[in-house]
Amino acid sequence: MDILRFITAGSVDDGKSTLIGRLLYDSKSILADQLEAIEKSTKNKANGEIDLALLTDGLRAEREQGITIDVAYRYFTTPRRKFIIADAPGHVQYTRNMITGASNASLIIVLIDARQGVVEQTRRHSIIASLLRIPHVVVAINKMDLVDFSKEVYDQIVADYSEVARQLNLKDITYIPMSALQGDNIVDASAKTPWYQGKPLLEFLETIELSKDVNLEDPRFQVQYVIRPQTEDLHDYRGYAGKVISGIYKKGDKVLVLPQQIETTISKLEIAGVETDEIFAPQSAVIHLQDDIDISRGDSIVRVDNVPQTATEMEVLLCWLDDKPLQTGNKYLLQHNSRLVKAMVRNLEYKLDVNTLQRQPVEGSVKLNEVVKATIKTAAPLVFDHYEQLSGNGSAILVDETSNSTVAAVLLS
Amino acid sequence: MSSYHLNYLEQLEAESIHIFREIAAQFERPALLFSGGKDSITLVQLAKKAFAPGKIPFPLVHIDTGHNFEEALQYRDWLAKEVGATLIVRKVEDTIKQRNLTEPKGKFASRNWLQTYTLLDTIEEFKFDACIGGARRDEEKARAKERIFSVRDDFGQWDPKLQRPELWNIYNGRIHKGENVRVFPISNWTELDVWNYIKTEAIPLPSIYFSHEREVIVHEGQLIAVSPFVTIEPNDIILKKMVRYRTVGDMTCTAAVESLATTLDEVVDEIKATRISERGETRIDDRVTEAAMEDRKKGGYF
Repeated sequence: MDILRFITAGSVDDGKSTLIGRLLYDSKSILADQLEAIEKSTKNKANGEIDLALLTDGLRAEREQGITIDVAYRYFTTPRRKFIIADAPGHVQYTRNMITGASNASLIIVLIDARQGVVEQTRRHSIIASLLRIPHVVVAINKMDLVDFSKEVYDQIVADYSEVARQLNLKDITYIPMSALQGDNIVDASAKTPWYQGKPLLEFLETIELSKDVNLEDPRFQVQYVIRPQTEDLHDYRGYAGKVISGIYKKGDKVLVLPQQIETTISKLEIAGVETDEIFAPQSAVIHLQDDIDISRGDSIVRVDNVPQTATEMEVLLCWLDDKPLQTGNKYLLQHNSRLVKAMVRNLEYKLDVNTLQRQPVEGSVKLNEVVKATIKTAAPLVFDHYEQLSGNGSAILVDETSNSTVAAVLLS
Repeated sequence: MSSYHLNYLEQLEAESIHIFREIAAQFERPALLFSGGKDSITLVQLAKKAFAPGKIPFPLVHIDTGHNFEEALQYRDWLAKEVGATLIVRKVEDTIKQRNLTEPKGKFASRNWLQTYTLLDTIEEFKFDACIGGARRDEEKARAKERIFSVRDDFGQWDPKLQRPELWNIYNGRIHKGENVRVFPISNWTELDVWNYIKTEAIPLPSIYFSHEREVIVHEGQLIAVSPFVTIEPNDIILKKMVRYRTVGDMTCTAAVESLATTLDEVVDEIKATRISERGETRIDDRVTEAAMEDRKKGGYF
């Protein structure tokens, strides 16, 4: 049993809440007392069915102010897999919300209302999926009951979306016709779509191959914390604790400490205090090195034959997440996993329209929800990979030093 | 399946250990809020693993309402000694006296809400900049929307609208003086994940998590232990029942579950089969208003 993290993109109108409610309900993740509370709220409904959308109902503050807070996380488990849903609203502050929710997702469900077909919002969500390189895409063609489960409607939407996917270079796309409201093709194959040969949604989510999503080729490790107990029996102990971002490390590996550029050998590996011969992504581990080197938080340990870039100037795609616009002359803090450096944004090359993918000249400031191509200059070197090749070592955030807010998502290249 | 594969509990554990190390690296004075409940016991186990073979580099802090189960207190003292951690206990009783607060009244007079005062005073006293809690996002809808690193203002208040975006596995714990961060390393765990982990790791638990005989009264379908903190009225019927606790909080606001389960395997099987949520079955306080947790969080609660 493993974990699938996915994001659902769409608005209430597409039936997103109903779909999530349906998954939670049909996987029996909704317990009797929670259901009872929903039934109470549903009492006005004429047909007596419970309103599944209420299962994902928000906070009182949201209802009172008519707002939706970015991302809510939902959980359900089947005998095959644990699922973590990042439930991001589609309308308000969409880019910020979606990027936040999508950053940890390995699959996205793009919801399409069968009556509407591919619309601007579909395109926008797909562009973000493409920017963030979400490995798997499910196109959920919902509300099929409202188009009489028509194969023609379904085929047309598949053709239209394939064109979008081709332009965005999206791979691994799966189309599923469904009715979240009536439960068609959610848990069980629907008798109303005999022309659909694929799996129902839940079975698809349970069986999709995820092991290939983990990069085991390129060993990347950043020091988070140095463990030095300094007790009598452990006075020489010095272990570098961190998460294996990608790849495999073995005892005896020749490694390079970056950005110091010092070569040494792995003398010992530990997981939770227990010695082991190898460690791999995404384990949290402790590395010991043969030589006494000055290493601190944020430094990288990589294999000598597989080295990432080290630079103080890099091209980036910036997604602005703050209400205050980007000030190009200002210093920000850039946090790349555990490495924190001062940084400045320069050369705003172009603005990317997230609805059309068109490049536009940057006029004036960069505001909330805008995506720009730029150059970042850092006060100390970063050890990184292209986001497209190795997202775990190619992503960073910008922090405003005066407000301490996280103001931008940074994709390095 | 390749041998380079983590099962779901190993994945959750790796994520939580990563969070613990970020806390230790980013903050000057973190503290682990320890209640004696299974979630905070899980936190201690994860912290132990994150810093092994070193000791946990922060104290365990217990905000003691004075309404605890004796078994939970004994366990707390034993565990702190076992892992070699400093234990700080601050009592709600003392806060009530010092600040001249009004004791809550009623049949199940709960000091749960008053804990917030003691917690904020304790944060102030020790200048804690990060408080680690065992909250899980599956518990309740306010928690479903809270970040893993949740920044609180000078009054400990949570503002759901002003949360920082939390991207990838990058945690921004920078704060201004006076602010503090609540960190929830097991945000992505469900109740069943915690139980399965406790079982896999064979973590010892306080005895009240297993079946035992106890005097209880039945109140609105829930079993409440007879204790000096609950007002027993003439029409209450005191019964002797075999019960266990699914969650451990104050005696005034935690209900017991009828059960004969005496081993972890049996308990986990029962939890798997139950059709009622943890909060619904065992927490008396959450049934007062639908937005109870949202309100308490905004007021500086855990």
